[in-house]
Amino acid sequence: MRWVTAAPNRRGALLLGALPLLVLALAYVIAAAARHADNPADKILPLPGAMAAAMAGLLFEADPLSGQYLFWADTIASLWRLGLGLGIATTSALLVGLALGALPPVRATFGPLVTAVAVIPPIALLPILFIVFGLGETAKVALIVVGVAPFMIRDVAGHIGALPREQVIKALTLGANSWGVVLRVALPQALPRLFEALRLSLGPAWVFLISAEAIAADVGLGYRIFLVRRYLAMDVILPYVAWIALLAVVMDLALSRGSRRLFGWAHPGGH
Amino acid sequence: MLSLRNLWVEYGDKVVLERISLDIAEGSFVSIIGPSGAGKSSLLRTILGQERPTRGTITLDGAALPAECGPDRGVVFQRYSVFPHLTVLGNTLIGLEFSKAPFVARLFGSARRAAIAEAEAMLEQVGLADSRHLYPAQMSGGMQQRLAIAQALIKRPRILLLDEPFGALDPGIRGDMHGLITRLWREHGLTIIMVTHDIKEAFSLGTRVLTLDKRRHDPHAPQRYGAGVVYDLELTRKQAVAEVAEVAGNVLSITIDTKVNT
Repeated sequence: MRWVTAAPNRRGALLLGALPLLVLALAYVIAAAARHADNPADKILPLPGAMAAAMAGLLFEADPLSGQYLFWADTIASLWRLGLGLGIATTSALLVGLALGALPPVRATFGPLVTAVAVIPPIALLPILFIVFGLGETAKVALIVVGVAPFMIRDVAGHIGALPREQVIKALTLGANSWGVVLRVALPQALPRLFEALRLSLGPAWVFLISAEAIAADVGLGYRIFLVRRYLAMDVILPYVAWIALLAVVMDLALSRGSRRLFGWAHPGGH
Repeated sequence: MLSLRNLWVEYGDKVVLERISLDIAEGSFVSIIGPSGAGKSSLLRTILGQERPTRGTITLDGAALPAECGPDRGVVFQRYSVFPHLTVLGNTLIGLEFSKAPFVARLFGSARRAAIAEAEAMLEQVGLADSRHLYPAQMSGGMQQRLAIAQALIKRPRILLLDEPFGALDPGIRGDMHGLITRLWREHGLTIIMVTHDIKEAFSLGTRVLTLDKRRHDPHAPQRYGAGVVYDLELTRKQAVAEVAEVAGNVLSITIDTKVNT
């Protein structure tokens, strides 16, 4: 058996994939235990028990000041911002990307503008967004949109622009007008690519969300992490980071499953 | 029926086709052969309306042909002729949906049922009736080309243009496809113009074989002169078999480059 042709079966692959995670967790517990043996009051590497205790407070006890369950309030606030930002970005990517990709005059007119916007680092725009939209929800959602929409637009437009010319010619000989080509040829082939672009944008979207929350917010997963950092509260930060990772993995899986289910034709052999 | 008058196709300085004058009769099956780069596909694309001639006119039944692709001219390309996101049935239906529902490009209710019946009858003719729910990616190259032909024929085009339609198929399948296209040509009374690099195919299918090549050549400016029709052979069905051997000899003396145009 050679390494390049070895194909682990489903169970084997699952086990192999879990192994590094388990090793990492074990290494952490050993390191934490060693530090606590030296200094029982260590805050840098909290033991799992301490993390559970700290999280229980945020999960199950209402905050005396606001009366909210902080963990859930943070999660809902962050997911709302993320969902709204990604929703706006996805919608605009579909509409603008489709027009840019399928209609050469639109591409000639707006292509350079989209490219110019796409090369601006979104974080550099954050002060402008705060000035324009204030420190409320709008600026945070706007940062996500500004951050991921140009990439998604260019990805969808590029994909549609690269469809074989023969498909468009064929549609025209079948009696289609421009609208028909966009609706029946370009749109259905843009959708699986849009799902893929959205998946790839999840990572950057989280970065922009946490950045915006770190700078100006009063609730949110990123806000909490940066707030408790002042008290070296690693027992809250680490579970929060793990929770963010879990949410991101679930979204990614849902999108990839959804794409396979909805657009089976775009995933040959993937059933 | 289709008439080309003094047609020139130029890309900038490069002359691809020059002085093409042809009259193509209704119901004929015209094969176009010639070396690579002789402008076979350019001629086809010009008739299709995908490209505009720089000089000359094309008329269909005396009326100038619109310089845009339309449902009066069907086409089958070597590849990418079918839509990967539609099933066999969807690919066949789409031509009916485009014309009958210009805004939503979809049909509903009884109109849809009638269209499905028509599409299924068409698929029956090309032998794909049992594959109607497959996607193109699940089918062989030959089946995809059968589908492309069904998709084009459902629009009842006056002229069917074939651009190396069987070039990517293996020989056994190609034989089946020759039988299919000959049968459809007779049954539907089609006018077919086919570009091919397979001389045998050109002679066995066509009622007329055109050979494109450069009539003049300037070694210092190879782009200066374009290709024209150097042989124009009318074959009647009876003659065809006898003449193939004789004429193929002549044609074979021209260098025919069999590189696949992709």
